[in-house]
Amino acid sequence: MTVTQQAVHQDSGLTSGDGRGVSPAAGPSRSVPDSRRWNVGDLVFKHLTMLFAVGVLSLVFLMGYEMYAGSALTLEKFGWKFLVTSTWDPVQDEYGALPLIFGTIVSSMLALTIALPLSLGVAIFLSELAPRWLERPLSFLVELLAAIPSIVYGLWGIFVLVPWLRQSLQPWLGSHAGFLPLFRGPAYGFGMLAAGLILAVMVLPIIASISRDVMRSIPNLQREAALALGATRWETTKVVLASSKSGILGATLLGLGRAVGETMAVTMVIGNRADISASLFNPAYTMASVIANEFAEATTAMYTSALVEVAFVLFVVTIVLNALARLVVWSVTRRYRTV
Amino acid sequence: MECDEEVPDRMRLNGKGYFLWRKAKNHAMTFFSVLCLLLAVAPLVLIFSYTVLQGITALNIDFFIQMPKPVGETGGGMANALVGTAILIGLGGLMGLPIGIMAGMYLAEYGDNPLGHLVRFMADVLSGVPSIVVGVVAYIIVVLPMKHFSAFAGGVALAILMIPTVTRTTEEMIRLVPHSYREAGLALGIPRWKTTLRIVLPTALKGITTGVLLALARSAGETAPLLFTALGNRFWSTSIGQPIGSLTVFIFDYAKAPFTDWNQQAWAASFVLIALIFILSLVFRAVTWSKYEER
Amino acid sequence: MTNRRNVLLGLVLLAAVAAPVFGQLKLNGAGATFPYVIYSKWFDVYHTKTGIEFNYQSIGSGGGIKQVMEGTVDFGATDGPMTDDQLTEAAQKQGTDVLHIPTVMGAVVATYNLAEAGNNLRLTPEVLAGIFLGDITKWNDAKIAEINPGKSLPDRTIIVAHRSDGSGTTYIFVDYLTKVSKVWAEKVGKGTSVNWPVGLGGKGNEGVSGLVKQSEGSIGYVELAYAVKNNLPYALLKNISGNYVNASLEAVSAAAASSAGSLPEDLRVSITNAGGKDAYPISGFTWLLVYKAMKDKEKAGAMVKFLHWAMSDGQSYAKELYYAPLPKDVVKLCERKINSIVVK
Repeated sequence: MTVTQQAVHQDSGLTSGDGRGVSPAAGPSRSVPDSRRWNVGDLVFKHLTMLFAVGVLSLVFLMGYEMYAGSALTLEKFGWKFLVTSTWDPVQDEYGALPLIFGTIVSSMLALTIALPLSLGVAIFLSELAPRWLERPLSFLVELLAAIPSIVYGLWGIFVLVPWLRQSLQPWLGSHAGFLPLFRGPAYGFGMLAAGLILAVMVLPIIASISRDVMRSIPNLQREAALALGATRWETTKVVLASSKSGILGATLLGLGRAVGETMAVTMVIGNRADISASLFNPAYTMASVIANEFAEATTAMYTSALVEVAFVLFVVTIVLNALARLVVWSVTRRYRTV
Repeated sequence: MECDEEVPDRMRLNGKGYFLWRKAKNHAMTFFSVLCLLLAVAPLVLIFSYTVLQGITALNIDFFIQMPKPVGETGGGMANALVGTAILIGLGGLMGLPIGIMAGMYLAEYGDNPLGHLVRFMADVLSGVPSIVVGVVAYIIVVLPMKHFSAFAGGVALAILMIPTVTRTTEEMIRLVPHSYREAGLALGIPRWKTTLRIVLPTALKGITTGVLLALARSAGETAPLLFTALGNRFWSTSIGQPIGSLTVFIFDYAKAPFTDWNQQAWAASFVLIALIFILSLVFRAVTWSKYEER
Repeated sequence: MTNRRNVLLGLVLLAAVAAPVFGQLKLNGAGATFPYVIYSKWFDVYHTKTGIEFNYQSIGSGGGIKQVMEGTVDFGATDGPMTDDQLTEAAQKQGTDVLHIPTVMGAVVATYNLAEAGNNLRLTPEVLAGIFLGDITKWNDAKIAEINPGKSLPDRTIIVAHRSDGSGTTYIFVDYLTKVSKVWAEKVGKGTSVNWPVGLGGKGNEGVSGLVKQSEGSIGYVELAYAVKNNLPYALLKNISGNYVNASLEAVSAAAASSAGSLPEDLRVSITNAGGKDAYPISGFTWLLVYKAMKDKEKAGAMVKFLHWAMSDGQSYAKELYYAPLPKDVVKLCERKINSIVVK
């Protein structure tokens, strides 16, 4: 049924659904009777969709509430000490999440240290240096890295990365850089280093894609101005980077958020040991891994509560990181977006 | 033009030597960024080719039609896991898609107000919540009251994960529909809601569909939230109220096992997953490239 | 609109596929990885025989105990018996007692990956405890060398592998270590999940055997079936009588025999560090956790029938899968327990 046929069946009046006025088409204006200004269908539609939108909003609060309620026992028993004690002892029902927090922070930081320079290089290449025909398939490839499921990363980690670390990289690092406490200890293969490397690969596409988007949204005028003044390609890029700083920061925060919450790939290569140690060769444990490994079998109510509290902490941390990141990225791309 | 003696020292920096230095830096940075690109793409190529190689050799018709065999015996397949994943994403989609699409429509059509901004913000924030946390929530709100692990619980977890992506995709696709379409409809006297549903939505449908398919494919790759919601099932099961196997959980179980036969099957399953996601990503890109022309 | 029709069709199809399959009884269970090899065989055979599906997920004994306490499964499995507190809590939450039904016995072996050690490395309780406490860190440590005179062990770090999940296998192993090493008893204690002094964590028996298989110089503890199925060598242990015993089914049965007279009424017993000159010191029962009065009486009936089958025909599968069948007098006690399950 074409639009014109529909129109014939309708009243021809200028109905504006919510009474707030929509840009009228060309034609003689008419005073619209009150009964036509409010259309039932429009009201229903608007409020129905609003309901769902509010539903999405309330989902976040529901999740937070459920986890807060679920961790009541340990919140009561340990309070703030939960975050700073290092014993994770299910036998004694003593729970301190410090090793988990440590593992999460160190693996994520390691991932960022490796991924950030690489992502920036990639973003610069894709937004400034690559010809159009090359840029599109390459961007697609980089985004594809983000689409690979975590479990497949884990599988590859177990069978390819870990043996390589155990047999090649860790011995090499140990003998050449062993004076640093970072590279001491036996070469298990599994451990913090493996987790950091895998996380770096997983986080790279996120930071690279968003940085690329941010850099591309900087108007060409800036580049042309620099070039006109005799700047080299790299110097022009520096100008673009300077304007994109906050956007890149936002991208990094998003990448950090993903690294912090990553579960399967990390669980499969990190060695699953709640320990704090200076060496990257040693096994460790992250907040997400402990939940994946121990949740289904937390035999006491206190144990379950401890794990739910870990989930709650993880939830809050990722929400804060994401909120910060989105605020930052938004403010940059909004400035230049033309919709 | 030659610089003469009155020129201050710093201007002499613009002499030929300095220019060569700048040029060198330029080349070095180009080299560095190409290197970064190669380093970034290398793991992708490595992982992809390794999975394909291992997966293809392990993939046979048995994988698709046979059930898992008892522990330690070779052979068998993952037929129930394939169906399980399909059912789980179907359930997740059934619950998550309507919510996401409706919310997306609200944001696109009526969303330029404080509530809309808040919802948009929360949807973005929700997309960053780790999937394991969603699994814990689904356990608390579905599995415990039901006293049962079930495909339904897994579906709920996947739905929660899907909602933010679908919302944003729907909103962006609808926003891309030119205002002239809406205005034409309104000018002809069609109520706003009809304009949205009958004109704007069908126009955006192609983009929304591919976005939805991509969200479904991504949730097919989720493992963590299914660990204690859908649990797993070594038998053929299509019932919503029972635990159900899924490709990803099977990969997890088979990967850490010492049986080489199981390891092989894990690779085959990974290959199937990657192939699915790759193809859908390609389709999604093809559809949206034509719509996104920024520079 | 054709779109609407398609959507409707899709929904109908989905509903059809998702509808429960009528007529086939399904029971869900979860728990120990220790007996997973034989349970998966049993359930497969039983399914072919009767059509009833017992879906068992090996998530570890800790998981089995927890899910039984929460009532999210129809039965559980564990090799570390539930404590009195856990039993009371389960009874409170589920309104019925939980019964421990032993099914088979197995051995927990110290499996290792070291070419120079061959497949007959000897270990004493003190050395084993020392390794897992982190006191003995190299394979060529004097303490290991003196009990293995014929071998030249390399100067390699010992990579210890343990369970990262709540495990009955762990329970049997640390129960033994607690009995033989005062230091262990004080420092670590026993449970399905302990605070390990050293080592990497693997999930399930599968995970630990996988770790050992993939890491040279490693040592871990797994159920005998897993070591055999993966061609991993395992150590001979010195038992309390002073003999180095290889983990075999006869040795496990010998361990059970020496404690046969003292079985408690609820059948929760530890047979580690058993007397008897041929007894293998780290042996254990594995139990199915069953509700005394299940809510669904049809399922209860199916459970009882299966348990009787497990006690009779099922035992014949044990040997070929490297589990020791239950001694006859234990079977009798089990039958009595099974008959106490309420089926009406």
